[in-house]
Amino acid sequence: MLLPKFDYHEPGSLDEATRLMAEIGGEASVLAGGTDLLVNMKMGKTSPKHVVSLSRIGELKQAGRDQGSLTIGACLTVADLREVGEVKTEYKGLFEGAGSLGSPLIRNLATVGGNLVTARPAADLPPPLIAYGASIGLKKETAERTLPLEEFFKGPGETMIEPGEILCKVVLRQPPLYSGGGYVKLGVRRALEISLVNVAAFFALDGPSGPIQEARVVLGAVAPTPMRALSAEQALMGERPDEALFEKAGEAASNDARPIDDFRASADYRREMVKVLTRRALKQAYEEAKLREWRRWK
Amino acid sequence: MKTLITLTVNGTEHELAIEPNRTLLDVLRYDLELTGTKKGCDVGECGSCTVILNGKPVNACLVLAIQANGAEIITIEGLKPPQGLHPLQQAFVEKGAIQCGFCSPGMLLSASSLLKQNPNPTEEEIRTALSGNLCRCTGYQKIVEAIQSVAKGEER
Repeated sequence: MLLPKFDYHEPGSLDEATRLMAEIGGEASVLAGGTDLLVNMKMGKTSPKHVVSLSRIGELKQAGRDQGSLTIGACLTVADLREVGEVKTEYKGLFEGAGSLGSPLIRNLATVGGNLVTARPAADLPPPLIAYGASIGLKKETAERTLPLEEFFKGPGETMIEPGEILCKVVLRQPPLYSGGGYVKLGVRRALEISLVNVAAFFALDGPSGPIQEARVVLGAVAPTPMRALSAEQALMGERPDEALFEKAGEAASNDARPIDDFRASADYRREMVKVLTRRALKQAYEEAKLREWRRWK
Repeated sequence: MKTLITLTVNGTEHELAIEPNRTLLDVLRYDLELTGTKKGCDVGECGSCTVILNGKPVNACLVLAIQANGAEIITIEGLKPPQGLHPLQQAFVEKGAIQCGFCSPGMLLSASSLLKQNPNPTEEEIRTALSGNLCRCTGYQKIVEAIQSVAKGEER
């Protein structure tokens, strides 16, 4: 397959990139990992006049702690995200999500920012990131803004990003003392797979054994955008975590989901699986919370 | 407009004038005539175009050659030592891990990256590392066994 012709730009800094985007942003596609853009261009789905590559901008590939919160550069690859120490030890749900995206070969190219701006309803990173309460940094030549990731998605392939804007970072706050997260993906294969359903969960406890004082359950592939299962969260609040509670939350989440029938799965099946996956994601979250507590005393 | 780029492929530096819409895969195959890197799906699903880019295995069909400017690339031609075969190649031959051979270059490069990072992988780790490489002859079991035999340092 041939790629359509385009003018190629390779800014060396974020400032240079935003200046360039102010000039040609209307006719440009931003290239990060290329695992979606280049495929879409080969398939003839998009044919931008300009391609602006972010691959030479070092500042977009960093990840680091800043006063407790973790800042992740938008161009960090998904494989490198899994190598960030904090992601391994403190954001288990995100670590799982990153590990189930594409294949090892894709993960070495695909970027964190790319998995967000493409806004695919079944994407692997948005649910765990939203569950951990992530916010994102967007930058254009004249302005910079921060947005909760939850508010970023408008529909399949559509986001709040404005012309000329570049998504430059994702910020995760430090998880509270007694808290944990989880992510479970259901597909028919274990790699190179689009989720039939995916669920991320996070909760924080008041003390080592509860009650739950903060909860987020995020469902993927069952609505036009990743969605919070608010009645599941409601069911968890103020309760002590156990199997029966997770079961109840799973049922609530299943009622919250708005899945469609398609060739991959029926809506009924997806709804049923939301129940199961929510329960499992909550169980994982509880395991992480217990592990965090154990690490603290070790 | 053509742009000048430098690629270090299998240790040799090449200066090339290319259009920005050329993929690394096409430049390797058509300009450098390194046809060991295969073109299967061309959209990142099959892994037959796997090359090692700056130390990491990637799908060469999803990288613009111009993005790889200045990079070090290893293809299947570079895996083979001047004399004989790479231990993984030898093991693939001996264990019957090659059927039609189309996926073999990608399988070998993914496997060699794995063993470099993790010299003693479990079967699960081997299968995960190869999960972006498809074998349409479905010869996965023999491929996994061949990699295990190299990891265990079996004599050959």
